Amino acid sequence: MSEISTEPAKKFNIDTVANAEVTPEVELPWAELGLKQNEFDDVVKVLGRRPTGAELAMYSVMWSEHCSYKSSKNHLRQFGDKVTEEMKKDMLVGIGENAGVTNLGDGWAVTFKIESHNSPSFVEPYQGAATGIGGIVRDIISMGARPVAVMDPLRFGAIDHPDTARVMHGAVAGIGGYGNSLGLPNIGGEMVFDSIYQGNPLVNALAVGVMRHEDIRLANASGKGNKVVLFGARTGGDGIGGASVLASESFDDTKPSKRPAVQVGDPFAEKVLIECCLELFKGSLVEGIQDLGAAGISCATSELASNGDGGMEVELTSVLLRDPTLTPGEILMSESQERMMAVVTPENMAAFEAVMDKWAVEYSWLGEVTGTGRLIIKWEGEVIVDVDPRTVAHDGPVYDRPFARPEWQDALQADVFNGSAADASRPSAPEELKAAVLELIASPNMCSKDWITNQYDRYVGGNTAQAFPDDAGVIRVDEETGLGVALATDANGRYTFLDPYHGAQLALAEAYRNVATTGAIPMAVSDCLNFGSPEDPDVMWQLAEAIRGLSDACMVLGIPVTGGNVSLYNQTGTTPIHPTPVVAVLGKFDDVARRTPSGWAEDGQAIYLLGTTADDLDGSEWANLRGHLGGLPPKVDLAIERELGEILINASRDGMIDAAHDLSEGGLAAALVESALRNNTGARVALDEVAARDGVDLFTLLFSETQGRAIVSVPRSEEVRFNDMCTARRFPVSRIGVVDAAGNALDLQGLFSAPLDELREAHEGTLPKYFG
Amino acid sequence: MTETPLIGGATLAPVDSRLAGARIGVVTFPGTLDDRDASRAVRLSGATAVDLWHADTVLADVDAVIIPGGFSYGDYLRAGAISRFAPLMSQIIDAANSDAKLPVLGICNGFQILTESHLLPGSMIKNDHLKFLCRDTVLRVENNNTVWTNAYAPGAEITIPLKNQDGQYIADEKTLDALEAEGRVAFRYVGTNPNGSRRDIAGISNAAGNVVGLMPHPEHAVETGYGPGHTGTDGLGFFTSVLNTLLGGK
Repeated sequence: MSEISTEPAKKFNIDTVANAEVTPEVELPWAELGLKQNEFDDVVKVLGRRPTGAELAMYSVMWSEHCSYKSSKNHLRQFGDKVTEEMKKDMLVGIGENAGVTNLGDGWAVTFKIESHNSPSFVEPYQGAATGIGGIVRDIISMGARPVAVMDPLRFGAIDHPDTARVMHGAVAGIGGYGNSLGLPNIGGEMVFDSIYQGNPLVNALAVGVMRHEDIRLANASGKGNKVVLFGARTGGDGIGGASVLASESFDDTKPSKRPAVQVGDPFAEKVLIECCLELFKGSLVEGIQDLGAAGISCATSELASNGDGGMEVELTSVLLRDPTLTPGEILMSESQERMMAVVTPENMAAFEAVMDKWAVEYSWLGEVTGTGRLIIKWEGEVIVDVDPRTVAHDGPVYDRPFARPEWQDALQADVFNGSAADASRPSAPEELKAAVLELIASPNMCSKDWITNQYDRYVGGNTAQAFPDDAGVIRVDEETGLGVALATDANGRYTFLDPYHGAQLALAEAYRNVATTGAIPMAVSDCLNFGSPEDPDVMWQLAEAIRGLSDACMVLGIPVTGGNVSLYNQTGTTPIHPTPVVAVLGKFDDVARRTPSGWAEDGQAIYLLGTTADDLDGSEWANLRGHLGGLPPKVDLAIERELGEILINASRDGMIDAAHDLSEGGLAAALVESALRNNTGARVALDEVAARDGVDLFTLLFSETQGRAIVSVPRSEEVRFNDMCTARRFPVSRIGVVDAAGNALDLQGLFSAPLDELREAHEGTLPKYFG
Repeated sequence: MTETPLIGGATLAPVDSRLAGARIGVVTFPGTLDDRDASRAVRLSGATAVDLWHADTVLADVDAVIIPGGFSYGDYLRAGAISRFAPLMSQIIDAANSDAKLPVLGICNGFQILTESHLLPGSMIKNDHLKFLCRDTVLRVENNNTVWTNAYAPGAEITIPLKNQDGQYIADEKTLDALEAEGRVAFRYVGTNPNGSRRDIAGISNAAGNVVGLMPHPEHAVETGYGPGHTGTDGLGFFTSVLNTLLGGK
């Protein structure tokens, strides 16, 4: 750590508010900081004068797309508008706070959120992915919760592209290196390879935390005279990015000129910060708390102040620095990791300091809450920021970006797979179907992800009841009662590209189904909307349609969106990524002991297929393997999803099934292989009858991605009860096979028998082959 | 270490009240991760878990000590290299070497701390494949004559999760030969050697058998539903072994 400057040397040309008032003519680098002319004009109008350099830094970063949601805000409102009273019932804290909070019952609450860290993870995969975990975990701590698990949906370029290995190794090692050091089990996620993400990988991170109701904390600064404190890591020059143009305010030409645009994380500091914050909460030592993420101190001070009942006054030279050459603007914009800001009553200051000292965490008192309604920031006593904090944090520009259905959309949807050139050699003979199954399960998107998940600690905490590759991660919350949660994240960029409205609904449907498959009752949604440039009307249409589709579907399924994140400008050159709305669904268990795992275990149990199969090969993994992308994604029927969910939840609760696996990408073929390989337990399966019932050929039955389906294994003693339940609900069900532990094979009778060893070799060999 | 108020504690009524009288300390350093898991394992075995804090200068009234896994001090400098200088460690080292032979179990980072403290010989370096690895491993109990292994049958094979980055056990040939000759290799990996450890060694003991260190995590295999394959509880034997000794069984 560098020497700390103790003397407040006059090395900066401090642009005070007083100076700004008398020098309206001074040119400011607002364009370099990313503001548009109209936005800068708005800042001048709001202030009634030109902003100081420090104020310009704050507005530019807080009014950025990333912090202000200026392009998506008008659409995101639907998540708040399309909510019934029923959906609000268990929502303790909704959208707008660091993360939403959902009531679990018995005095317990759960908070979860998913965020993106895409661009940093392309530039510097290890630190980008690591600090993605760090940031989302601090959001969870800020709510007063103990973080209990993380998940990582990942999307990289083509598996055989030379740059993919760089991103893959870095991001996975970063997630492991940071997450494993925090003591948080990694319980799931996704891994998709597609060249559309080549120059713009998606690294999303989800964290979930639990708390007692009375421990819920909000980010606001209230109570005149209360003290404002910054604690955790020191503030350095990392993540400043655009703020370097403000370096013109520096007189010191010896200062380091190259600053990393990507933040650098220290997981040890974060782990200590977690324990330290939990001890603060336990002692009720903080009135309000906010983590420092994007926009650093600018964001924390303006959000805390605007959400409180008064104002705030802080002295910026009190901030502990790693780099004493930082200018006021840079300090305000720095995104140094592992920092928190809190509001503490004068009476609690000593107790607060004792907790800091116990955990050896550095802190500095910056100022206090005032009654003025203004956010005042001083530099050696001189006012350099004097703003209404709401104008910084909440009243940024909002755009109604033009959007229109792309002219190419019709042609895309007309280009169906069935009968296309790519479908010319559709497998039909038994040996062709076997080769197709092996090809599918070895393909980049359908192969085993053990290479990744074996680098993550799934055990720590001792509450992981289920983790990847099961359908959803399951975490016990209360050891006495077994109360717990299930979590799944899903998205299909190809589906959403073909039809953004329904593609977003399909992401929700799959995550919902995954949670219900484990037996948990779906309760809440968090989403990470990864899209291209909102200034492109085609992309803006995709975004608008996806939000409309997702919010409509949440209404039908009766589960609210409690928070999330929008990531725009994801593109390589002018080519946007596929619209990728990653949807996380959280479900609840009264007792995680009754969760349903995905793998077969008991010899002789009957295997049932729930749901019917249609020709849904457009956008499928099979079509993808044949280089085809066109047509319409599988139909969404949310009523069927709800019905299927209820069957799976009831069957779990009443002990009617011992295993369940949802059908999604890769269809029935992938589900059968995965259920067999999970516990190395084979089965004999006969498909003719169900193919005839649904009027599809065996290839379609195996590879179609029709929604609303699952396979379950039912103990002999429960078959009558299970069948009766499905019949009573008029839900299509068909007995397709029997678990055969001795066979050591997946025997598709009349077609082929594939030894489990052969399936395993194909399934598990792919990632090691490409990544070592 | 503050017991978290946020996760409900398992309050199992011990079957034998003598067991609850056994006080097993679990040390927390900054960066320790598996302390709550180790405490849970102690409770599930029937004993009383006592939170110990690295900065304490006096060792509380405990009958045995577990140094759990994690990344104490971020593994900075070298895993365990800073923690060994914690005030509480000198108390533990003295007690382990004293005539009272305080039972000490080091798991993963705890094992690394014990080698740095010279309570156990050798050292750990990065896994031979250079990646963090989380996997269930099969261990053979090579010596069931230690305070922490006496509940196992000789040669028993147990399934215990392994999860680390620096898990490759190394020592010079002379030391390895001595460990083998003195029966101080407590556990060996069966089948695949997951990290390149010399002679497949997963865990060792000191000469007196009161200090044991291993890289795999027995505290993650103590409760049905949460261990290997969601059924395995092979790790419980570590925690019942020490109770056998403390209560005079073995």
